[in-house]
Amino acid sequence: MRWQQEQVRRIAVPLGLVLVWEAAVRLQLVHSAFVPRPSVVAINWFYWIAGGPEEVAPLYSATWLNHVLSSTERVMAGLLIATVVGIVLGILVGRFRAAEQLLDPTLQVLRPIPVSAWLPFAVVFFGIKNVSAIFLIFIGAIFPIYLNTYHGVRQVDRILIRASQMLGTKSHRILWRVILPAALPAIFTGLRLAAGLAWVLVIVSEMLAVKSGLGYVMWDAYFFMRMDMIIAAMFSVGLMGFLTDRVIIWIKDWFTGWTQGLTMEPVQ
Amino acid sequence: MTGAASGKIAIRGLRKVFADRGGRGGTVALDGIDLDVQEGEFFCLLGPSGCGKTTLLNILAGFDQPTGGEALLDGRRISAPGPDRGVVFQEYALFPWLSVMDNVMFGLIETGTPRPKARETAEQYIALTGLRGFEKSLPHQLSGGMRQRVSLARVLANSPEILLLDEPFAALDAQTRLLMQRELIKIIQSVGKTCFFITHSIDEAIFLGTRVAIMTARPGRIKKILEVTLPYLRDVTSSEFNALKREALKLIEEEVEAAGRQ
Ligand SMILES: Nc1ncnc2c1ncn2[C@@H]1O[C@H](COP(=O)(O)OP(=O)(O)O)[C@@H](O)[C@H]1O
Ligand SMILES: [Mg+2]
Repeated sequence: MRWQQEQVRRIAVPLGLVLVWEAAVRLQLVHSAFVPRPSVVAINWFYWIAGGPEEVAPLYSATWLNHVLSSTERVMAGLLIATVVGIVLGILVGRFRAAEQLLDPTLQVLRPIPVSAWLPFAVVFFGIKNVSAIFLIFIGAIFPIYLNTYHGVRQVDRILIRASQMLGTKSHRILWRVILPAALPAIFTGLRLAAGLAWVLVIVSEMLAVKSGLGYVMWDAYFFMRMDMIIAAMFSVGLMGFLTDRVIIWIKDWFTGWTQGLTMEPVQ
Repeated sequence: MTGAASGKIAIRGLRKVFADRGGRGGTVALDGIDLDVQEGEFFCLLGPSGCGKTTLLNILAGFDQPTGGEALLDGRRISAPGPDRGVVFQEYALFPWLSVMDNVMFGLIETGTPRPKARETAEQYIALTGLRGFEKSLPHQLSGGMRQRVSLARVLANSPEILLLDEPFAALDAQTRLLMQRELIKIIQSVGKTCFFITHSIDEAIFLGTRVAIMTARPGRIKKILEVTLPYLRDVTSSEFNALKREALKLIEEEVEAAGRQ
């Protein structure tokens, strides 16, 4: 009973929104040439995924998976490089005064430059290629990871470092045995923010810097006035972003399960 | 080798001044401490809060450097933390991401003991400190008393030369504190370790210590050392116990008053 009630609560709002949308188009509150009915979007989305009759879906038939994979590949590549570089920089700058003096000023000046401002630079420098999109995702994703890692490292309780020293931990192992595990929850927060940004940036860069992926389909559909495809692509991005976040949460829970019970739980 | 060492721990003319932020001058926390802690004794350092007890312990642990003088362990100058001195902190300082078992094994692993051997030794100290059945628990799932047992087991597993305990029971409720004091005596008797125990509680110091050093208000010096020859476990209602308490109380009160006038 409790479970059913919870599931109803979870789908009530999206279901309501779709019904309002369907009603608004049917009652001609919005023109169906601009906004197609959700049922039309659903059918064309299905054709986009699984293929459909030649006369209804000639352009996009059965190409969904390829576009999703192209976008996902870029997100993963950009995110992976940003994660490695961001964590390494965050730990170095957080732990070593010399690294802070060497690197932090540069990073703090680069950080306020909007990622969109890097777009023309990337296209000129790398060309209309995958690497442009990956570069932009990397630029966007690295800062949340770097900053959260840095703060995670700085917030490690000094008493834990002392405890490990008096138990015999050599100084080169403190990073591995104390600082990294203690900073891990903060690092994962950075990772989740970065993944959200990566999906934003993959769409932006695909509109301009490459010729495949969900962002490319959106831009292409715009030229053909295919609002149904634009909406289907938007939902696809939402879905992929959601799944990416779930995967990260799953990994995070695996690594930082010890924080459960330390933090507050929402009230019933 | 420096100085003419006599005790397990020898403290010679130890001074500690904390520089003020930015400015000149500073806080004189310790002003000329001379002290010897003998092998196998339970040494209690008793003093009002703010008199410099933690400052002294941090220097013995190697967390902090003295401004003047020196502290020696077995004749060697203390300059950095190490597994030969096991510290029990008031705040427990357990690793929250590690289970009780992994916390107790931590020092053994870090000092190069192979895992199976480390596990065996850890199990032994987990049993000694009454933690059986909690091996898989995380620190935050335990009560304060249990956490302090873990923290004790963790340093004992490392076989240190000396235990340094900084008000380990101050955060516990009165009942748990009494229980832990009794347990500590039993544990220390069974492993035969030298203890340097800090407290601001007169009862605790006289209940535990074979010698009780009373500190002056800041800047901290050793005012007087009382010998406690009563056998364990001590009867806190006995007249001998109360006579010692009265003497300690009088010495401490003078210092609390002195601190109040500062
Ligand atoms: N890191 C520090 N910087 C400046 N002053 C300090 C520092 N640590 C301790 N003190 C000062 O030294 C004195 C002794 O402190 P402490 O050793 O913690 O006392 P106790 O442990 O006896 O309560 C206090 O007046 C405290 O404010
Ligand atoms: Mg203190």
